[in-house]
Parts: sequence; structure tokens; C-alpha cells
Amino acid sequence: MLNQINCIIFSTLLFLISVLGIFLNQKNILIMLMSLEMMFLTLGFNLISSSIYLDDVAGQIFALLILTVAAAESSIGLAILVIYYRIRNIITIELMNLTKG
Amino acid sequence: MYLLVIVLPLFSAIISGLAGRWIGYYGSSLLSNICVFLSMFFSFFIFYEVGLSGLPCFITLSTWVNTGNLLVNWGFLFDSLTSIMIVVVTVVSSLVHIYSVKYMEEDPHVPRFMAYLGIFTFFMLVLVTADNLIQLFLGWEGVGLSSYLLINFWYTRLAANQSAIKALLVNRVGDFSLILGILVTFCTFHSVEYNVLFACASAFSNYYCNILGVSVHSLSLITFFLFIGAVGKSAQLGLHMWLPDAMEGPTPVSALIHAATMVTAGVFLMIRFSIFLEYAPFSLFVLTVFGSLTALFAAMTGTFQNDLKRVIAYSTCSQLGYMILACGLSNYHVSIFHLSNHAFFKALLFLSAGSVIHATTDEQDMRRMGSLALFLPVTYSLMLSGSMSLIGFPFLTGFYSKDFILELSQVSSYFSFNLSYSFFACWLGTISVFFTAFYSFRLLYLTFLNNSNIVRIKWFIMHESSLLMLLPLLILGLGSIFIGYLTKDMFIGQGSNFWGTSIYVIPQNSYILEAEFLLIHIKWLPFFLSVLGIFFVTLLHIFPLFLYKNVRYNVLFYQFAFILNKKWYWDKVYNIFLVKPLLIFGYLISFKNIDRGFIELLGPFNMSVLIPFLSRKVIELQTGQLNHYIFFIVYGFLIFFTLFVPGLIFDIEFNSYLIGIFCILLVFI
Repeated sequence: MLNQINCIIFSTLLFLISVLGIFLNQKNILIMLMSLEMMFLTLGFNLISSSIYLDDVAGQIFALLILTVAAAESSIGLAILVIYYRIRNIITIELMNLTKG
Repeated sequence: MYLLVIVLPLFSAIISGLAGRWIGYYGSSLLSNICVFLSMFFSFFIFYEVGLSGLPCFITLSTWVNTGNLLVNWGFLFDSLTSIMIVVVTVVSSLVHIYSVKYMEEDPHVPRFMAYLGIFTFFMLVLVTADNLIQLFLGWEGVGLSSYLLINFWYTRLAANQSAIKALLVNRVGDFSLILGILVTFCTFHSVEYNVLFACASAFSNYYCNILGVSVHSLSLITFFLFIGAVGKSAQLGLHMWLPDAMEGPTPVSALIHAATMVTAGVFLMIRFSIFLEYAPFSLFVLTVFGSLTALFAAMTGTFQNDLKRVIAYSTCSQLGYMILACGLSNYHVSIFHLSNHAFFKALLFLSAGSVIHATTDEQDMRRMGSLALFLPVTYSLMLSGSMSLIGFPFLTGFYSKDFILELSQVSSYFSFNLSYSFFACWLGTISVFFTAFYSFRLLYLTFLNNSNIVRIKWFIMHESSLLMLLPLLILGLGSIFIGYLTKDMFIGQGSNFWGTSIYVIPQNSYILEAEFLLIHIKWLPFFLSVLGIFFVTLLHIFPLFLYKNVRYNVLFYQFAFILNKKWYWDKVYNIFLVKPLLIFGYLISFKNIDRGFIELLGPFNMSVLIPFLSRKVIELQTGQLNHYIFFIVYGFLIFFTLFVPGLIFDIEFNSYLIGIFCILLVFI
């Protein structure tokens, strides 16, 4: 059933899964980026479902904007990743410790 | 003329102190001698005008302090007591000046010496002429300061440094008490001017002041504090240790400080506040007991000292005890009489000792002298007359004052039934006569009469001092023979009105008349005791072979003499039980534990350790690992949601937030 509670629970669970994907991931930065994308998706999903239930179009507009932002962000992020790889020949997260306090 | 007496020594001191480099030895000697002699002549005029003609004089220069109740003037009071004191001070000071011109001839720092002598005389004159307690305190501290400078004159010597510091510090103990006395006086009378104090004293005879809930008889408290001040300055028992040690200075200094001027300041204070003492019987009791104990103690200690000057120093201590004793028995005029007489013969003794030391090229140990009478006949005869005067040989100066003190103490022990302590005081004083004779003649025997122990080479260079040194000695010698007889009627004559209002005695405390009618054998007693003392010391020192086995090496006698020679171990006891614990306390407790420990731990040191520690902890959180940062972000969000969001909903108290934050910080650390 696509009622409000289910949608919120669904998006929240997805969000938590993506947070855990960032949080528990020790090795791969690509998975981290994918989790980030998933966060955007859950946010968009939440906004869209809320806009339907509140009968308000603003949520959908925001969802569209977030899609754009997510696309731009992932492209820039991947570009940074490529440059990083070109310089260091490695993209393992554990070895990214140049910015110690 | 009145102020010139005070200002002239200061003038000479400033000139020879600041311009000594240019005026040199001759200039400074000449200048300070001229100044102090002029001062002496003016003081004679003052003595005539104030003392003999009975015209007390008040001079107020300007206001010094004027706030609220407190009014302190630069004021000078010349009454009979002051006139006597300035005569004594300036006479002895000028004789010491003229003496030290020759005595310090080879010293490279004569201008400095003359400057110090001038400063000393100036402060002493300020002390005796002050018309309020604050100005007296100025003189009091100034005298202490200049005694420090004078004792420490040869500042390269360690012993001189030590004893100067000792003199200053031990004096400070008394000075602190004097400050307390001044404060209590001000609290009681709301004034520090003598005029006000002495006029109101009788009205305050039953005045009790409240200290921490205990009501104390005000005048007793004041006089007690003043007496402790006098104990410090006049080297009474308990704070007497500085006086014998102060012999490290040059001999003229000893003559000036420890014979005539500085140590008499305490006695002067007691006499000046006679009216307070009269209304404070407890203080009179304390004075009597301390004075008599000091007299006996110092006289006994003097008996087996081997240092020429130290013997005389202890004799000074003992005679000061007599003076305080006389004050305690309410015979202030006898006390000041003894003070002025004592100034003459003690200055004579010190300066003669200086002459001896000068002749034997700085030898101070009496055991390394002997037979000096052959070489220094003038010094010997002068010292003999000084010693005779000191032991109260009839018709010399000391006789008139010292024996009179003893007679008065006898009278008070017989006639005043409420003063049981005066019996004690009387016999202590009388016994110390024996010891006085003993050490005086021991000094004469060892120095002048016994077989010689001196290095032979010194025989050839030994000579009587020059006229410049002998002249003061001769004057003082004449003084110590005749002064007592000449001024007896003026000081202590029956019905002499010389003192005017400067000394006050309650009529029932005055029994000067009874002293004239004592039993004849009581009157002769001190004389017989001194003859006995002379007899004993003659046995010991003139016929030593006869007594070697029986007395000299007798265990009891030996131990006794040993303890006396070690000054009853006062210094040792003070060092062990007072000085060392205080130093250790100062180092361990107040310096190491409190200053460097506790306060620094709470204050700067702790902060400088704690903050870097904490910041290092915070820095360590930033590992550079991406997932750690994410962990913190998520963790922070979780904290925010678990702590603050429920708080907004369920109205949790603010304190529990603080506790939570504190726990989180602890976790991080």
C-alpha cells in the first residue's frame, strides 16, 4: 500500500541504509558515492510522496531540483575521484589520510 | 638653635655622604666634627634653657599627615628629658667623631663612615625630640637602619654582614610591637601627639579596649607593646642576642650605638611614657622582672666571655637591665640618671677597648693580651676608672646611680607589700653587682695585668694612641668620675624640680625618701658584693697556680663557666627552635608547597599543562581518515537527536543536558 506512513518508513529505511553504507564502508570510495546518490534518491522519494499526500507541487519541484543537483554533484565527485586516482594511483579510503589534525 | 642641633648632623652626613669623593678624608672628618661639635654646644644651650631654666619648648614645623582623626605634625618637643638625652647623645657622638678621625685613619671609606655617624646622630636626635609617636617611630627605625649600616661598615666581612642583618631583624621584632603599640594608642586616644596622650592618660586609666571579644586594659596593652619595642632596641632578655653580635662593627660604632645612643632609646621610650606605665601596674611588673633578669643574665654571661668588646657589650646589656628595672620600680628619674652616667663610662670603656685593640693591631681576644698596663698606662688608668665607675665604686659616677637603683629596689622589696616581685628583682639586681665586679676586673686583669700572651713582634710596635684618640678618652674619663656627683642633685635630688612635667610618678609609687633611711648594712651590701667579686677574680687570675687543681678544673665550675661562655646557649636555642623551623617552614611550606605548589597548580602552571593536553586530545580526533569524519558527523547527529529533540518535546531539564555533554566530553578524552 502506498500510504504516507509506508512511504516515510520506506524512505527513512533507505536513508539509514545509505548512511550505514557510508558509515560502515572502510574500503571503497565508489560505494560511498553510490550511497550518497541513494541518499539523494530517498530524499527525492520522500519529497515526492509528501507532495502527493499534501497535494502540493512544491515538493515535486524540489525533487526535480535535487535530481539536478545530484547529477551535477556525482559528476563533479567522480571527476575529483579521477583526478585523485591519476595523482595517487589508488582510491582506497583507508589510505586517504593526508589531512591529519 | 633648637632645630640646628638636629639638622647639623644630617647636613654633615649628606655632605660627606654625597660629596665624600671630593672632600676626602680630611674634608669629611673636619666637616662632620665641626657640625657635631656645634650641635653639642647648641645642645648645652638647650640644656641650660630647657633643663636648668625650666622653659620647655615646642616647635611645630608643618603638618605631616592630616587625615580624619589622625594629625601628625613635624613637631619637636624639648623638655627636661629631651634636653638630657640630646646632651648625652651629642656629647658622646662628638667624642666618638673626634675619636674615629684617628681610629679610622687608615680606612679607605672614612667619608662614608662619617656620613653614617652623622645619619645615626640625626635619627637619634629625631627620636628623642619627637613630639608624637609617629616621628618617634621615624627616629626609631632610622636608628635601626643606621645601626645596620654602621655594623655592616666593613661590608666585605661575612661576620659583619650576618650580625648587621641579625641586629636589624631582631630590632624589627621589637619595632613591629612598637607599631602595634602606636596603633592601640591611636585606637584608644585618637591621637598620637604626646600633649594629648599625656594629658588624657589619667582619664583613660580604667579604659578597656575590645580585642576579638576580649576586653583588655588599654594602657597595659599599650605599655606592654611599647615595652616589647624597648626589649628589641634596648637588648633586654629575649631579644638581646643582637647586641653582642653587633660588635663586628668598628669600635667607635660600638661606643656610639651600644653605649650611649641606640640601646638607650628603649629606656628613653619607657621613661617618656612614664605616665602610661604608672597607670598600668602589670607593665610595671613585666618591666621589673625583665629588667632584673636581664641585669643578672647579662652580667653572668659577661663573666666568661673572652672577647674584649663582647664583655663590655654584655655589661651594657646588664646595665640596661638596671635601667629598665628602675623604670619598673617607678623611678624613672633614677633610670635616666643611670642612663646618662652609663653613657659616659660605657663610652669610655668601649673607646678604651678600641685604644687597646688599636695598640695591639686588631687583637680582640683577651686571652692573647696581658701586661698592657706597662705599655698603655693612660688607657689603663682610664679603663680602670671606667670599670670602677661601672661596678659602682663609691664616689665615682656609677655609684650615684647604680647603688641608688639597688637601694630603691631594696626599699620597694621591704615597704610595698603589694609588690612581691620587687623582692625578686631586688636580689637579682644585687647579685648581679657581684658579677659586674667580677667581669670588669677579669677584663682588667686579662688585658692589662696578667702575664702577657701577646705575640712578641707586637711588643715593638705597641704604643699609646695619639692625642686625638686620647682626648675623648680623657674627657669621658673625667665625666665618668665626676658627672655623677655633679649632677646628682639635679637628677635625683630630694625635691628637685628639674624634671617638671616630663616624668610622672603616682605619689604612692614614689618612695625615694625611704631609700635615704635604709639600714646601713643594706646600703653597704652592693659595695661588699663588688669587693667579693673583685676578690674572687683576683684569686682566679692573679694566683692561678694555687687554684688550678681546685677551681679551674673543677667539673662543676668548668661546666658553669662553659655555659656562661656559650651565652647560656640562647643563640643555639633560638636557632634550633625558632630560626631554623621558620626557615624550613618558609622554604617547604610557604615557598614549595603553597607558592610553587598549590597556587601554581591551580593557576598558571596547571593551565599551561591542561589546555595543551586537552587540545592535543581534540587534535588527535582528526585522524585524516574519511570514515572517521563521517563517524563524527553521524555521531553528532545522533547526539543531537537523542539529547535535544526529545528535550524539546518532553521538556527535559537543562542540567541533564549539561551532564550529557560532560559525559560526551569525557568519552572523547
